[in-house]
Amino acid sequence: MTQPDNRPFAIRTYAPDQLREALKRMYLIRRFEEGAEDCYTRGLIHGTMHLSIGQEASAMATCLELTDDDKITSTHRGHGHCIAKGADVGRMFAEFFGKETGYCHGRGGSMHIADVKTGNLGANGIVGGGLPIAVGSALSAKRLCKSDVTVCFFGDGANNEGAFHEALNMAAVWKLPVVFVCENNGYGMSTSTARSTAVKHISERAASYSMPGVTVDGNDFSAVAEAVHIAVARARAGDGPSLVENLTYRWRGHSKSDRNRYRTKEEIEEWMTRDPIARFRAELIAHGLLDDAGANAIEAAAIADMEAGIEFAKVSPSPKLSEVTRYVYAEN
Amino acid sequence: MNAMTQEPASQTQDLRILSYAEAIREAMAIAMEADPTVILMGEDIGVYGGAFQVTLDLVDRFGTDRVMDTPISELGGAGVAVGAALTGLKPIFEFQFSDFAMLAMEQIVNQAAKLRYMLGGEASVPVVFRLPSGSGTGAAAQHSQSIEAWFGHVPGLKVLQPSTPEDAKGMLLAALADPDPVMIFEHKLLYKMKGHVPEGSYLTPIGKALVRRVGTDVTIVAGSIMLHRALEAAEKLSSEGINVEVIDLRSIRPIDHETILTSVRKTGRLMVVYEGVKAFGVGAEISAMVAESDAFDFLDAPILRLGAADAPVPYNPDLERASVPQVDTIEAAARRLTRREV
Ligand SMILES: Cc1ncc(C[n+]2csc(CCOP(=O)(O)OP(=O)(O)O)c2C)c(N)n1
Ligand SMILES: [Mg+2]
Repeated sequence: MTQPDNRPFAIRTYAPDQLREALKRMYLIRRFEEGAEDCYTRGLIHGTMHLSIGQEASAMATCLELTDDDKITSTHRGHGHCIAKGADVGRMFAEFFGKETGYCHGRGGSMHIADVKTGNLGANGIVGGGLPIAVGSALSAKRLCKSDVTVCFFGDGANNEGAFHEALNMAAVWKLPVVFVCENNGYGMSTSTARSTAVKHISERAASYSMPGVTVDGNDFSAVAEAVHIAVARARAGDGPSLVENLTYRWRGHSKSDRNRYRTKEEIEEWMTRDPIARFRAELIAHGLLDDAGANAIEAAAIADMEAGIEFAKVSPSPKLSEVTRYVYAEN
Repeated sequence: MNAMTQEPASQTQDLRILSYAEAIREAMAIAMEADPTVILMGEDIGVYGGAFQVTLDLVDRFGTDRVMDTPISELGGAGVAVGAALTGLKPIFEFQFSDFAMLAMEQIVNQAAKLRYMLGGEASVPVVFRLPSGSGTGAAAQHSQSIEAWFGHVPGLKVLQPSTPEDAKGMLLAALADPDPVMIFEHKLLYKMKGHVPEGSYLTPIGKALVRRVGTDVTIVAGSIMLHRALEAAEKLSSEGINVEVIDLRSIRPIDHETILTSVRKTGRLMVVYEGVKAFGVGAEISAMVAESDAFDFLDAPILRLGAADAPVPYNPDLERASVPQVDTIEAAARRLTRREV
């Protein structure tokens, strides 16, 4: 008789290479965000941006077993989702720099990055904007008899928009292959979930729409991977939608205009001790999938990718001023 | 509220300088002190101070019962404000960006604007919506729009666009004194602009445009930030001997026909400059109004509209600038118009 496998879900379920690649992408997300922040501080990028530092496990573990045919809808805090779904950081940086080589040809910027080829239907400047779109994407899959699922990322703040409730209801009524992934980082801008939301756990809202709802530690890679795995399997089997709530935290302010008056330094520091990347790295090492030198090499490779991405963006051409109305309509 | 209606300050008054944001904040504080039924609602308007720091410390002064952070629920929040206005409160509802008013269209357009009429005058909805608006911040397509003209199409609403700190304060106080729903489009790039703001309470008349610069050769009608660009262009053109009259539109609904027509009869040339998309905008309304009037006979050249490119607001900073009228484009257009090279 074989012993039960007590290792964490991700370790016992996925190939070591896939897990090492996931760690690399998590580093890439972190370094990308830091690189973006740095470019912004040095005045190379204008506008604003919403950084997902501290939320890397939620993005990466959620996208772990999705294919390029599977879709995601993302949010204003979407850089991590984009990278986790397989985007190229060079084209992302190019978009930040407003370049023609960027994912949106310089028209969209940080808040609108999409990579349709890897199934990323796009970040969104409108809180809750992606929820009904994800349901529509799942409707397509069902009607067109495809097996792809759609994962809808949204924040805790979005769960108070009417669109959230309308979307979950339709997804359930029509039994659509969609997984709603709430990244609950405790705040919608300055407003805590306690001050904005009538239920303690957003996953409780799943019950109103007759779908499974689960809350997990969003900084625990394996916990997220397992919850999403179950939800994706259910969606692919034609059994309908689920709601997964990843409890996490954003280390940085909401955006570049945040004075952090609504939370304490202690709270931020406490969450920083639960660094999702450090935890996943330690887990891989503990289970023999990696040693320290290997992990350092992965981290260095992520930094190299990030730096190459910034270089590509810098040397890329800007859009032509005469083409300001290009891409408004289809071209012949 | 006791207040005097007045036009811009004369030289004899104190020259107290405030920013546009400070002026709006002062108006809210004056109103809240004078009238306990005035409340503020909006996303992150409490300790965060509002996305543009307009409400800043008002929560410290008036408490969370009167400075209410709403959940991210624009439709619901606006609807609550409408319901409260219908029943005795005077809510000032801040949309974090004017773009998010689209999530609340139902409550603004189908409810707030129409309730008085549908109820045969038996009800009143004295709600004020504040909407930070406009491009120039690199925030791209969903955070940079100028949609004020949309609301110009809705009977029952009043739609204002202050261009100076003094008007920003006076219009907000006038909006609060008004028994009907008023939407105030504030320009994000103007929040830090400084200017003279009178002390105490005063009301900027709703529906009154203002000649900000007297001229003889061409009339430029512009509001909000476009007023400042038009004034700057006018200054440059004066050295070429082109004498521009610049009218601050101030109010989109109701629109001040008479001030515009009087000016056009004098100059014989009209240019309308606005940040919204050119097509179907404020310029179309004003052009048609002039074309339908006797002032048409005074025109020496076709009317010219300068509005935003036929595209969403782009992210790239150069594209963004190119997509809306700037001082140099206004200047060039006015030059063409006065030389009849249209
Ligand atoms: C409809 C709409 N309302 C408000 C905003 C402004 N806004 C942008 S992000 C945000 C907070 C969103 O909170 P949450 O959904 O929890 O996501 P998080 O920022 O925490 O990742 C707000 C209020 C917006 N972009 N769209
Ligand atoms: Mg949040």
